[in-house]
Amino acid sequence: MPAAENSEYAIEVQHLDAHYGERQILHDVSLNVHHGEIMVIMGGSGSGKSTLLRHLLGLNIPTRGSITLLGQDLARNSEAEMFELRRKMGVAFQGGALFGSMTVEENVVLPLCEHTELDEKTMRIMGRMKLEVVNLAEFGDLMPSELSGGMIKRAALARAIVMDPRLLFFDEPSAGLDPVAAVELDELILRLRQAMNITIVVVTHELESAFKIADRITVLDQGAILMTDSVEAVRNSDNPRIQSLLNRLPRDDAIDADEYLERLTGI
Amino acid sequence: MSHAAQNPGLHPALRFVEDIGRKTVAAIEELGYVASMLAESCYWLIFGHRQQQPVRLRNIIAETMRIGVHAIPIISIICLAIGVMMAIQGIQTLKTFGAESKVIVGIAISITREFAPLIVSIMVAGRSGSAITARIGTMLESQEIDALRVIGINPARYITAPLLLAMMISIPALTVLGDFMGLLGGGLYCIIELKITLAIYFERCAAALSWTDISQGLIKSLAFAAIIALVSVSNGFQVRGGAEGVGRATTRSVVMSLTFIVIVDMIFTYFLNFA
Repeated sequence: MPAAENSEYAIEVQHLDAHYGERQILHDVSLNVHHGEIMVIMGGSGSGKSTLLRHLLGLNIPTRGSITLLGQDLARNSEAEMFELRRKMGVAFQGGALFGSMTVEENVVLPLCEHTELDEKTMRIMGRMKLEVVNLAEFGDLMPSELSGGMIKRAALARAIVMDPRLLFFDEPSAGLDPVAAVELDELILRLRQAMNITIVVVTHELESAFKIADRITVLDQGAILMTDSVEAVRNSDNPRIQSLLNRLPRDDAIDADEYLERLTGI
Repeated sequence: MSHAAQNPGLHPALRFVEDIGRKTVAAIEELGYVASMLAESCYWLIFGHRQQQPVRLRNIIAETMRIGVHAIPIISIICLAIGVMMAIQGIQTLKTFGAESKVIVGIAISITREFAPLIVSIMVAGRSGSAITARIGTMLESQEIDALRVIGINPARYITAPLLLAMMISIPALTVLGDFMGLLGGGLYCIIELKITLAIYFERCAAALSWTDISQGLIKSLAFAAIIALVSVSNGFQVRGGAEGVGRATTRSVVMSLTFIVIVDMIFTYFLNFA
């Protein structure tokens, strides 16, 4: 659908509500991401950022609102259209989610096996090229269990970009990594955007990483968007919630005495 | 499956009724889930090629190796032992009537109709069923299933369908092996006790057996194969709550498989003999 592909935004989220059972996780989330932009979704634990990501990936179905990726509405897409769309998306999960029964190289090549008719040799070469990009060329024959945390994240990134996607999603790239490995991964994300001009969505709670790579930042708090703006604007925001996130201050929510008593006694 | 908190103010008797209701709904929900999984697997096996998303032969072979080929030694040993045991018991019992030589008929029929498919299925449920549940559960917990879905690989096509087919190939094949090893075990004891040669023993077995005896066993083994595959996969996909959840699901998977196998065996035996 060339007309739809030319839509202004790579990602459009409109009035998204999401629930887990009875509990509402996302409240009226609206968000647009330009083509070729690096959007960082930032928020503390429990802010709903992982849930938002799962919706963007089409893994969960929203209770209200719509998500449009590359001009295609996820809710209206047929199975076949979804299959086509997935060819243009790459996802690097927080824990890597590499398949434990396959070597690193087999992991990286898997999307090619499933989506293309290339012969095995070509696929292996393409797989190695991507491993080269993430500096894992000589580790292709290892099993995921033999890799360090940073290597797993890079291998997952190699698998995410093997189809040369238009959209790349990255969940917590620097979580659990030492500072050097985290910086290297940030550099890698910036290099990727430069080389392939992909739209990248990064979900993270690491401030340094967010400020370094982001074009724009969306701050999520308790399932609602506090602001979406440039790095500078977020830094200079006077919203107390954002400031407490930036300055690592504890939340000082006012305690309702009656409600507190009720919670304790369970009555 | 989310269970809303029970109403604490309810009368105990009413709460009991509520509990039964909840469990019934959960059981029906699970049955529906298993049925849709079976339908989806069959869909991918038949129409996958047309959708450009075939069930890979490589996956089917890998699963058949794990479930079937690697189980050959253990199945052989156990069925051989069962054969010997039946010969010992049979000869002991029939001695009182002076009809020891009739033991061969007993061994031949009970091994092919009952013991081979049952023992093979119990072994596979314990060996592979538990492993399948644990593997899928762990994949779910480590987001590997999510990764499959975002790559555009339907888990039913990639995991369930090859497993189902591999199970349907492996268990009947292992049952044939079990038939032979069980008969051989019985024979080994009979040549000592009844002073006959192995050739004569097998000749008498062949005379005692008809095609229906063997086909009865094979039909059962196909049903058992479907039970093990569906129960172990569905339990794997329902894992919640980390390592403990995986452990719980694995136990549940084996217990459920064994229970269903024995019950279905009873039903099949009745209908195959009297209907």
